[in-house]
Order: sequence, then C-alpha cells, then structure tokens
Amino acid sequence: MPVIHFVTTSGETLTLAAENGRSIMEVAKANDLPMLAACGGALACATCHVIVDEDWYDRLDPPSEDEEDLLDTAHGLTPTSRLCCQIRVSDALDGIRVTLTPMD
Amino acid sequence: MSTQTPSGTEAAVTEAAVTEATEVTDVAIIGAGPVGLFAVFECGMLQLRCHVIDALPTLGGQCVALYPEKPIYDIPAAPELTASELIARLQQQIAPFQPRFHLDQQVTELQRRDAAWELTTSRGTRIRARAVMVAAGVGAFGPNRPPLPGIEQYEGRCVHYLVAERERFRGQRLVIAGGGDSAVDWAIALADSAAEIHVIHRREQFRAAPETSARLHELAAAGKIQLVIPYQLAALEGDGERLGAVVVKTLKGEERRIEADHLLAFFGLASKLGPINDWGLGAHNGVIPVDPSTCATSLPGVFAIGDIANYPRKLKLILTGFAEAAHAAHAAYAVVHPDRALHFEHSTTVGVPLREP
Ligand SMILES: Cc1cc2nc3c(=O)[nH]c(=O)nc-3n(C[C@H](O)[C@H](O)[C@H](O)COP(=O)(O)OP(=O)(O)OC[C@H]3O[C@@H](n4cnc5c(N)ncnc54)[C@H](O)[C@@H]3O)c2cc1C
Ligand code: FES
Repeated sequence: MPVIHFVTTSGETLTLAAENGRSIMEVAKANDLPMLAACGGALACATCHVIVDEDWYDRLDPPSEDEEDLLDTAHGLTPTSRLCCQIRVSDALDGIRVTLTPMD
Repeated sequence: MSTQTPSGTEAAVTEAAVTEATEVTDVAIIGAGPVGLFAVFECGMLQLRCHVIDALPTLGGQCVALYPEKPIYDIPAAPELTASELIARLQQQIAPFQPRFHLDQQVTELQRRDAAWELTTSRGTRIRARAVMVAAGVGAFGPNRPPLPGIEQYEGRCVHYLVAERERFRGQRLVIAGGGDSAVDWAIALADSAAEIHVIHRREQFRAAPETSARLHELAAAGKIQLVIPYQLAALEGDGERLGAVVVKTLKGEERRIEADHLLAFFGLASKLGPINDWGLGAHNGVIPVDPSTCATSLPGVFAIGDIANYPRKLKLILTGFAEAAHAAHAAYAVVHPDRALHFEHSTTVGVPLREP
C-alpha cells in the first residue's frame, strides 16, 4: 500500500498507509487528522486545502478548472496548494508529502 | 457559492418572524438544512411543537447555500430533483405543523435551566425547550472571512462582506478581494463613485460571466480600477478604528502595501461550528458522537442529527439524516412527555395531525 506523509500545522509528520483509489482527504479523515473537509469531497468548501511538497506537485494531474475556481476562496495559498479531496491515491503517489492548513 | 451581488440579493424567507422575548416550545431545532426541516415533520407527527433557528437568512442549509441548482438523484422516490426543489418540498411538507423560524441568527449559547434547555441567539432571541436537536450540518454558514490578524475590530466599519449601502463608499479608497461574481460586479458598480479601487485576486482568470470580466478589464484599461494580480491578502494596517492600508503578497511572498479606507472581501460562504464546540457535546473535528439508535448526545434531552451526528460507519447523506430525524423525534417524545407512553401509528392511519394554532 502506498504511504502518505502528512505534516500537521505544528510541524509533526504522520506517515499513513493509504488504499489506492481513495482521495487524500478520505485518508486524512479516516485517520482523524485535523481537517474539516466540510463538503465531504463535493468540491464545494475548500476546507481540504493542503500544500503539496514542491517535488511532488508537478507529478500530480493538474487541478481542474472547478478546483481552481474553488481555490480562489481559500486563504494562505502557495504555488503548490491543492484541494486534497481531488487527489486520488495510487502507487505513483507512494511517499507523497502534504502539509495541512489551519482548521481555524 | 452564493453571495450577494449588486443586481439583487438571494431569495430570502421573509415570512420568518423574528422575536425578542423568551419563546417556549417542545423541541428547538438548531439548523434549517434538509435534516432540521424534516425533523419538524417527524416531531409534528408526534404532536411535538418546534422552533427552528438558522444563521442563514434562508432555509435549506448546504442545499441552498452551496448547490441550489444541482440535481440530486438519491432521495428515495424522487428520481431527480434540484436541491432547491427538495427544500421547497420539505417546506410544503412541514407547513401543516406551523414551525416557528428564527433566521439570520446563530445559536450562541445552550444552557440547562430547571428541567429544560435555554438557547440564546446572536440576536438575543431566547428559546426554552424540553428537547434540542442539533441539526447544524457542518456548522453555521457565514461569510468566509480572510484569517487576517485583528480583522474583527474593523468588521462592519472598514471591512465588509456585503454591500448594504453603496453610498458609504463614495469618494473612498477601496480594496476589493476575490475573483467571483460579487467581487467583479461590485468593482464595476462602484468604479464611478469610489475614489480608488484595487481588485486583489490570486490569478488572471475571474469566475464571472464573460461580459462582466470584459467590462472589468475595460475599466482597468481606462485606469478606473487597478487590478492587483496575482496577489492575496496578507495583513491589515490601521489604528484599530480606521483602516490605513491593506498589505498583499504574491504566492511567492513579494509584498505590496495599498492605502485604503475599506476592504470588501468576497470569498463566498464558510461554515463554522463555533459555539457548538463549547457545549460539552464532545464535538471533535466538526462532528458530535451519538448513539445511532436514538441520536442522543452525552447531554440529556440533546440530540444530534444529520451531517453533524457521528457514529461508526456513518454516511453523510440526506437520506441518512432523514432517518436520524425520525429516531431522534421518537426519543425526544419521551423527554418532552416522560409520563406518557408513545402510542405510534403510521401516517397512513393518522394522516397529518394539524395542530391548533
Ligand atoms: C455540492 C454538494 C452536493 C451534495 N450532493 C448530495 C447528494 O446528491 N445526496 C445527498 O444525500 N447528499 C448530498 N450532499 C450532502 C448534503 O447536502 C448534506 O448531507 C446535507 O445538507 C446535510 O443536511 P443537514 O441538515 O444535516 O445540514 P446542513 O445542510 O449543513 O444545514 C445545517 C444548517 O445549520 C445551520 N447552523 C449550524 N450551526 C448553527 C448555529 N449555531 N446556529 C444557527 N444555525 C446553525 C447552518 O447555517 C446550516 O444552514 C451534497 C453536498 C454538497 C456540498
Ligand atoms: S472536501 Fe470540500 S472541497 Fe474538498
């Protein structure tokens, strides 16, 4: 199973096994990480905002136009910001590192 | 996301009576999303009277705030209907029970008083109820506030999330943030009367109709509007009363300071659990643990239903919430009428029992 490294807002790294086909948001929620993901992956809330490690960002499928539109409503954006309900786990993502954003 | 635009406000439920004195009822329902609304029906069938409170000025929760036009396909016996149709039908279904709505106000306090619960809202409404159903979904909807240090002290005075009165911006230096219809429409609408308008947006594309985007760029070319792209809000400067400047940064961290009298921030709606976290319900990561057979929380007479209620293998679906509303109503009956046995009859047997007004 691929693993995902989640960096919390306090700088702690949690490495979690993730089933292929799930979204990174689902992995985070299943493991009770501090992430709101209010809309449950319906691309309607932007509360699953994560910052993807630069080395990994370009290896992901680029965000859809809808995801870009919703990112407009997120705060504290970086050049590698993504909504992680839109990123599906696969073997190719084994070892990806994402940083959580404040739940506020 | 729906927000106010210069061309009109979203349909408001105006028949909602807003009251100031303490109201007394059997069940207070926090949240007028689909699940809170259906709870009125389930309670009504057991002759329990309900008051419903919501932070939004409209009924419908996520369905109306986030996706009114989208078709829903997984409501039993309704092969396809839009989210706003679903809410309209629920309103029709619960109308016979004459629920009282208190809209545009957030429930901020929940306190045990004698053998009842007393709820207080942000508008000072007080409601006493034997039982409470927390149908708060993903939290109270309100403007999506940029997390800038000290922003609260300027809100309503120099920081605005909607334009109530456009005349107050005449001759003022404005920073408008956001990339959707509200930001673009207001930049255009205020271009003539404001002294200066800077529009802050994180990328070239705006999420606005092509004609409006074109108009924005025309006004920018004519020097009436300054487009500050690709920037996002970083900080506010001021004396705590009046705003002096808005600091913006590129995604890479280059900084710019824009002198301004007002910031208009249009980032749509966001939901916040807020006070519910402090009510001793064990809320964690946005959900409240319940016993799925009754939807009872850890507090006596307080139930949680819909998206906010959590138990192993919970499915956050409207249909799940509807069933939870039925479980909670039956459990609430015993709280409201501890001395009366519940004699259950199907709706086909009793019909819809109209309450005396
Ligand atoms: C884009 C999208 C598509 C979806 N599609 C489907 C679908 O096809 N099928 C399906 O079953 N589900 C779908 N859902 C999920 C569905 O909308 C939710 O499960 C449903 O809205 C939950 O209803 P609810 O009544 O529990 O909460 P909500 O709809 O979230 O309503 C809760 C209400 O409580 C109010 N509130 C919260 N706290 C307070 C307070 N302290 N004081 C006052 N008011 C408060 C809020 O303002 C809000 O209006 C979708 C969701 C989204 C975002
Ligand atoms: S969970 Fe809402 S957009 Fe990702």
